Amino acid sequence: MKKPNEMTIVEAARALRARSFSVRELWDACIEAIRARDGELHAFLEVFDADERAIAAAQARIEAEGDSAPLLCGIPLAVKDNILIEGKVASAASRMLANYRATYDATVVRKLKEAGALFLGRTNMDEFAMGSSTEHSAFGPTKNPRGLSRVPGGSSGGSAAAVAADLCVAALGSDTGGSIRQPAAYCGVAGLKPTYGAVSRSGLIALGSSLDQIGPLAKSVEDARILHDAIRGKDPLDSTTIPDGLYPQRTVPNTFRIGIPDFVNRTLLHSDQPLGMLAKKLTDDGHTLVDVALPTNQYALAIYYIIMPAEASTNLARLDGIRYGCAARGKTLLDDYVLSRTEGFGEEVRRRILLGTFVLSSGYIDAYYHKAQAARSLLRTEYEKAFEKVDVIMTPTALSAAFAFGEKKDPLSMYLEDLFTVTANLTGMPAISLPIGGGGQLPVGVHFTAPHQAENLLFGIGEAVGKAQGA
Amino acid sequence: MATKNDVKKLAALARISVEDASLEKFTGEFDAILAYIGQLEKLKLPKGKQTKPALRNAMREDGEPHAARAYTEKLVKQFPAQEGDALSVKQILSHD
Repeated sequence: MKKPNEMTIVEAARALRARSFSVRELWDACIEAIRARDGELHAFLEVFDADERAIAAAQARIEAEGDSAPLLCGIPLAVKDNILIEGKVASAASRMLANYRATYDATVVRKLKEAGALFLGRTNMDEFAMGSSTEHSAFGPTKNPRGLSRVPGGSSGGSAAAVAADLCVAALGSDTGGSIRQPAAYCGVAGLKPTYGAVSRSGLIALGSSLDQIGPLAKSVEDARILHDAIRGKDPLDSTTIPDGLYPQRTVPNTFRIGIPDFVNRTLLHSDQPLGMLAKKLTDDGHTLVDVALPTNQYALAIYYIIMPAEASTNLARLDGIRYGCAARGKTLLDDYVLSRTEGFGEEVRRRILLGTFVLSSGYIDAYYHKAQAARSLLRTEYEKAFEKVDVIMTPTALSAAFAFGEKKDPLSMYLEDLFTVTANLTGMPAISLPIGGGGQLPVGVHFTAPHQAENLLFGIGEAVGKAQGA
Repeated sequence: MATKNDVKKLAALARISVEDASLEKFTGEFDAILAYIGQLEKLKLPKGKQTKPALRNAMREDGEPHAARAYTEKLVKQFPAQEGDALSVKQILSHD
């Protein structure tokens, strides 16, 4: 029998209602698992003390409301360290914010609290979400529970590892260029990057504001849907959130038209490859594969590594050692800025700030930033056109399974990790990574993109993938 | 090609310092990234048609988002130095 912490949200919610165990026992099972395994994994930067009032309130609500209580009531979640929980430290895994305490709840946290969910602690990540391995965390990397010599992916590596190792029931991450989906693939869990604007960014420490979204990392597609439904919605505190029905509604078909882009190496579709095996099973089940041409996609990563650093350097300009965070002091006010920022930011953050400063500087802004904006728009148009003849687009999530620590030393090879994932952030479209393969080996991910606001298609294809894999 | 001087100048603009010891490595890595993103130069944008980002106006109406002083105490707690509710900073104008 599964231990409480090993359960999905659906299973745990059912067991809580059947009184197989209490909210307190579910919480304790997660804490026990963290005590047993997190010494070696380092998925958490901090584990919170039990909030007795919240635990008692969740238990009382389940008893009073039964099946009409929210499914997340009493469910212990892990939260990425760049999402604010009032009164708790939110450091974005940076020395810059090591002592910063959140003065308010992120909208997603408020919504989860209202649903009765509990928070176990804050999870490790690459500093300010810049990286694909958690090796850029100022507080040391997280290890992959599926293979301790391997990275968990990033930047939401702590959340992915915590879910994969059953240290929590589910977790929140954030995704700017693949930071939910790539770690989900490496750790063998499901990870969703919602449509841009579907989920409020209020209370998320910003990386690239036109790209960032908060989303779920979960043990099943159904759990990802439950968590997404709980956090989504228009929010007056984030004016980029979108109302329901802004984009045409799509109905989930019985058989999917699955687009395979021209940039996906066809050897990956051979029957001895995980993606090829899945494609075969899906076509056996009646779904069809359709070739789609997306010529501008070859520039997607270049576009991304112009726009993201430009926005990051702008966003991080607010951290100057004056009002909060790392505050080093020198002789002059200028010294205060430079010393605080040099001491507070790690190497990768400094690199991206310089890159952003460069692409925005007079003389270069047209060749880089403005050209990238125009190319981004073209890319989005190409994807919109492709979705006239397919329901979803399928690629691998990453180039390989989880790589070893220290394997990607130069920054450019780390950036190439984002090859398949950045387009969904550039176009604003939703995308999901689902675990495939396995069988004693390291898991890999299959990646699906859908049109704007068509998360329902992603959950639908997720179900189809589960069925094809015999789940 | 970025030179060490270019990197130093950018760093000064960004209010960051790069130590001399790591400047060479940093400049080399920076150059490789610029070469990669520079491939965007090859992309031919469709002529005649202006490609603007697909944006919507998302500004909210003016108004008070929250009651005055609702967050003051918590925010002041984060200040590195303060006088009452005011943030203390270095004097930047001299009277000499």
